[in-house]
Amino acid sequence: MIAPLRILIVDDEPPARERLRELLGDLGSELPTQVVAEAASGPQAIALLSECAPEVALVDIHMPVMNGIEFARHAQRLDHAPAVVFITAHDQYAVQAFEVNAIDYLLKPVRAARLATALRRAVSGPGPGREQLAKADPGPRSHFSIAERGRITLVPAAEVLFLKAELKYVTLRTRTRDYLIEDSLSQLEHELRDTFIRVHRNCLVARAAIRGVENLRGATGAEEGESRWGVVLDGHAEPIVVSRRQWPAVKALIKR
Amino acid sequence: MPDFRSVGVLTRILLIVNACGLLAALVRSEGMNDAAEQFARIAVTLEPALLASAAALYILSHLLSRLPYWAGLSLATAMAAAFAALTGAAAANAGLGTAATNAAWHALYAVLLSTVLAAYFDLRQRAFSPALSEARLQALQARIRPHFLFNSLNAVLMLIRRDPKRAEAALEDLAELFRNLMADNRELVTLADEIALTRQYLGLEHLRLGERLRVDWDIDPSAEQALVPPMMLQPLVENAVYHGIEPGLDPGTVSIRAVREGDRLLLELANPYHAEHQRRQGNRMALANIGERLALHFDVDAALDTAIEDERFRIRIRMPLRRSGAKKTASAR
Repeated sequence: MIAPLRILIVDDEPPARERLRELLGDLGSELPTQVVAEAASGPQAIALLSECAPEVALVDIHMPVMNGIEFARHAQRLDHAPAVVFITAHDQYAVQAFEVNAIDYLLKPVRAARLATALRRAVSGPGPGREQLAKADPGPRSHFSIAERGRITLVPAAEVLFLKAELKYVTLRTRTRDYLIEDSLSQLEHELRDTFIRVHRNCLVARAAIRGVENLRGATGAEEGESRWGVVLDGHAEPIVVSRRQWPAVKALIKR
Repeated sequence: MPDFRSVGVLTRILLIVNACGLLAALVRSEGMNDAAEQFARIAVTLEPALLASAAALYILSHLLSRLPYWAGLSLATAMAAAFAALTGAAAANAGLGTAATNAAWHALYAVLLSTVLAAYFDLRQRAFSPALSEARLQALQARIRPHFLFNSLNAVLMLIRRDPKRAEAALEDLAELFRNLMADNRELVTLADEIALTRQYLGLEHLRLGERLRVDWDIDPSAEQALVPPMMLQPLVENAVYHGIEPGLDPGTVSIRAVREGDRLLLELANPYHAEHQRRQGNRMALANIGERLALHFDVDAALDTAIEDERFRIRIRMPLRRSGAKKTASAR
């Protein structure tokens, strides 16, 4: 006998999770499954991934804080990431994005037969790629994710002070510590333009963290192209040097 | 018959009559300085008669709206003519021409102006009647998100096995909601009806959102019989749930308040504000739709404004307090 398929259900609405469990129960004779965990939100589901090791995640798109597509993007950082089956009630934008990027999805109310097909397809073939998912959800992310020793750490975007490109990686700094992330700075700049501002070729700063500017004249080692100004951040001792090119944009932000 | 208690209608009457007075002054005059003098001379008799007529129309608006159109129009015209004749005669006493001819001339002016105004309001109403049926269509289009329908059906499907009785009640509520949605939504309805419908809707939302959705009602009993555009409260509350409750993990409260402010009805809704969610969605469709329909029913007498206060999104709607029994709208006879 084959081992039952290990399933994680992610939906913020309890009745919707219950309904999926019922359907999986109905399918039991032809497709044995085991619900290893349920989560009411993306971050909760991410935290469960490493210990529950689900093979398939049934994920609602429209959820508070982190939508289903963003969950899938973070989950992909794991080596043994679960295959994701997206479910949506009626989210015009999500459905459009899925169609355009050829990502499979189920519509609520879910039919047992469609669910079975989707589960079989999910375990047999490769799911949507990183690129496809990124295109389907171009909006600002709610969290950054870092994969470490088979676990995913989530850092809420609101806790980030600044992002700095250094050699191959981007350093993400919160009040308490640093993380290395793999995203590219220019892509992040575009995605997070409402909440972050570029102050230097290699640095994006959270607009909300900026407390003011400081004149750095006299400070040693000012490089070419750098202005004599630095932004002072809440929760970070050292001011961050502003480039001459970005100074007008920073100045405009401070004045407001 | 237009609603003479409406600020929009009264403003239009004053503007049009004064414009006619100005036109007459320009025709009579020989230069710019002369025009001002001529207008002043006209205003001496025009303004008292106009203001008295407007006041009389305001006071008698209920009577006029109950009469057949032609009777109402004749009465209104006769009133205006009488006031004009009186001011004409008074001006004659002040030494400008003889009383009898002056009174007759002014009455004739008043009849002409009344006819012009009646024709204007008639045309305006005709121009807006398609808009009213449009309002019904809009009400259909923008109301109840498909998102809500499918999620509710999903929740009911889950209930069918575990709690068939509740599933039945939920489907009945859903049927009722859609019956209202597809009804002829042109006539005003009482606030009490809108509240009953909204409670049914909230019952369905409770099924799927459970503890996360809290509702705080504060309805002034004397406001319950006020007439409001149909399908107004439910979409606003649906909006509040969609933007205020669904994006949050923690329980949130939607507060709904209705009070009388003299002869006006104040409707106030508030829900938690989620800035990140707003950035992603930015859906103001429902609000724009309700603003348009308020304008169609109440013209400039209704106001809708929104604000973000203490992390809560707040909508305030003020409209004239009309009660069932005196069913009249500004643009529907």
